[in-house]
Amino acid sequence: MNVAVLIKQTPDTAELPKVTVAEAQSGELQATMVINPWDEFAVEEAIDLSDRFSCDTTAISLGREGETDALKHALAMGVDSALHVDESVVEGGDEWATAEALAAAVRKVDGGEDVEIVLAGKMSVDGNSGVIYAGVACKLGWDLLVNVTRIVDIVDGTLIAEQAFEGGQETVEVPLPVVISVAKEINEPRYPSFMGIRKASRAAIPTLGREDLEFPLSRTTRWTDLNKPETEEVQVRIFEGASVEEKAAQLADALMAERVI
Amino acid sequence: MAILVWIEQNDGQAVSNCWELLDKAKVLGQELGAEVAALLIGSDVDDSAQQAVAYGADHVYAAAAPHLAHFRLQPYAAIAEQAVARTDAVAFLTNASIRGGVLAATVACRRNAGIAANASDLWVEDGRLVAARTIYSGNIQARIQFESSLAVASVRPRSFPMPAPTDGSGSVDNLDVRTQEDDIRQKISDFRAADAGEVSLTDAHIIVSGGRGVAEDPQKGFELVGELASALGAALGASRAAVDAGYIPYKHQVGQTGKTVRPDLYIACGISGAIQHLAGMGNSKIIVAINKDADAPIFQRAKYGIVDDLFSAVPALTAEFRKRL
Ligand SMILES: Cc1cc2nc3c(=O)[nH]c(=O)nc-3n(C[C@H](O)[C@H](O)[C@H](O)COP(=O)(O)OP(=O)(O)OC[C@H]3O[C@@H](n4cnc5c(N)ncnc54)[C@H](O)[C@@H]3O)c2cc1C
Ligand SMILES: Nc1ncnc2c1ncn2[C@@H]1O[C@H](COP(=O)(O)O)[C@@H](O)[C@H]1O
Repeated sequence: MNVAVLIKQTPDTAELPKVTVAEAQSGELQATMVINPWDEFAVEEAIDLSDRFSCDTTAISLGREGETDALKHALAMGVDSALHVDESVVEGGDEWATAEALAAAVRKVDGGEDVEIVLAGKMSVDGNSGVIYAGVACKLGWDLLVNVTRIVDIVDGTLIAEQAFEGGQETVEVPLPVVISVAKEINEPRYPSFMGIRKASRAAIPTLGREDLEFPLSRTTRWTDLNKPETEEVQVRIFEGASVEEKAAQLADALMAERVI
Repeated sequence: MAILVWIEQNDGQAVSNCWELLDKAKVLGQELGAEVAALLIGSDVDDSAQQAVAYGADHVYAAAAPHLAHFRLQPYAAIAEQAVARTDAVAFLTNASIRGGVLAATVACRRNAGIAANASDLWVEDGRLVAARTIYSGNIQARIQFESSLAVASVRPRSFPMPAPTDGSGSVDNLDVRTQEDDIRQKISDFRAADAGEVSLTDAHIIVSGGRGVAEDPQKGFELVGELASALGAALGASRAAVDAGYIPYKHQVGQTGKTVRPDLYIACGISGAIQHLAGMGNSKIIVAINKDADAPIFQRAKYGIVDDLFSAVPALTAEFRKRL
């Protein structure tokens, strides 16, 4: 039973507001690119599973040519190996094409036999869809757990996990193989160690390209009219009262007049 | 031909955001010449089915069986696909909750249909459905046109106004449930419902949030913020700094790595307004900031502000509202 973890390289969240429409269209971003913050939890959980159940871990990332910093980060944290999928294999495709490519990459890990758990983050900070792992589960024909806050145990090929949703929390049992998207409550991602960083910088990261992956390209949507939402110029009104009570009264008046209360 | 809307249930109760969606589907259905079908899956769906009629569904398709009491993707997605086929659906819409999101994605992927995840608007153009959504955490807006015959969207809560129920004249049909408990791989062994009575952040019309500004006395600070929230019937939010410091549990976190909210009124108390916080609440209709630093970035997005110590300003505001409400 081995583990694959899906990670995406995404812009540093502090630089997201600077992304332009042209950059979003071309995919050539000026921003500093890092591992998608949600995916750090998935990487940490993969390493944790390998400690608990002595399994091998592989990080998989589909991205532009040579875009391997996120994979190196995962290696530096402690995953055993990394696999890069060249984005050109899904050029012009939709989410399901990406899912198909990632599922194909999962099947290629270690000859495709042993991966029984695929971990993913909750959402990418650039795509914001939270659908890729659902697509991967669908393409692999595996079960899917989402927003998992704890992997309790794996007993006789059955994984026991806790899942959170808006209305509560549940414990669920599912036979392997399974795709799991993790919630941030699941763990505290470690910082890469110095040794880890050195090891990662020397690691060879194989790439899968068009010659390695073949599938019909799904294209079910067309994205048009990309634009920057206008942030409404709001001129803030600061209440200047003699006392805090006076300011509070003025604010309460204003909010009652807005009819939002 | 139909627009099919999944009505999510939590503990046997319909999630109210789904009525916003159903009402929108009526408008879209008129333009597309499609009827509006509501899909209910659960163990007891009768009340929710009647509600769906009251909120305007032309047809309600109900799949009821004891083993469907809790959401499990495998049987729910199978039933949703069955309903898509039965209604000849041109669109399948869900509420963009955790479950709605994954149900929409799974049905879309299985039928090789286009998806607009976390959509914020839907309309009809040249006889086809179009969706709007944002990417790059709210920093780029896009329009999604569907090339597939089925269009699937999960729609953010509070994207459309809440309708009023009417008499309704729609009919309720039962779907036959083909999956048995034995066919379902996932087993739920324990289920704990969230605290009742707490206003959920994603549904809230008003949110009062606290940040690191309470640091001087975090316990007292969140008590004051909580009192203002309860005086307004608001949900309680927090910044990541407050969550990371352990002042309040993560489920209250608003922002990039917390919840995305769009209330009518968002009151930020002792929150600086970091980009990652704004990513979660920047679409609030009216933002109010209480902060002792007049230069805090939150004031660039706020409509109203009080520059003062939150330990005195927040209770003063609570007292004002208690007088008036
Ligand atoms: C990948 C990533 C993801 C992130 N995700 C999130 C997220 O989801 N949500 C989030 O909120 N942040 C997130 N952050 C963190 C974010 O960058 C900020 O650090 C955080 O929002 C700051 O919280 P704060 O405003 O409470 O604290 P601070 O920035 O420290 O601000 C405290 C404010 O309180 C004011 N203040 C202090 N004392 C008082 C007083 N007595 N009365 C009134 N005002 C007072 C100060 O003037 C200051 O403006 C993320 C960061 C990263 C890198
Ligand atoms: N290009 C990619 N390469 C690897 N994993 C990805 C990629 N895109 C998405 N994922 C995974 O799917 C999750 C959800 O992404 P998204 O659907 O884009 O919000 C991410 O947190 C990743 O774990």
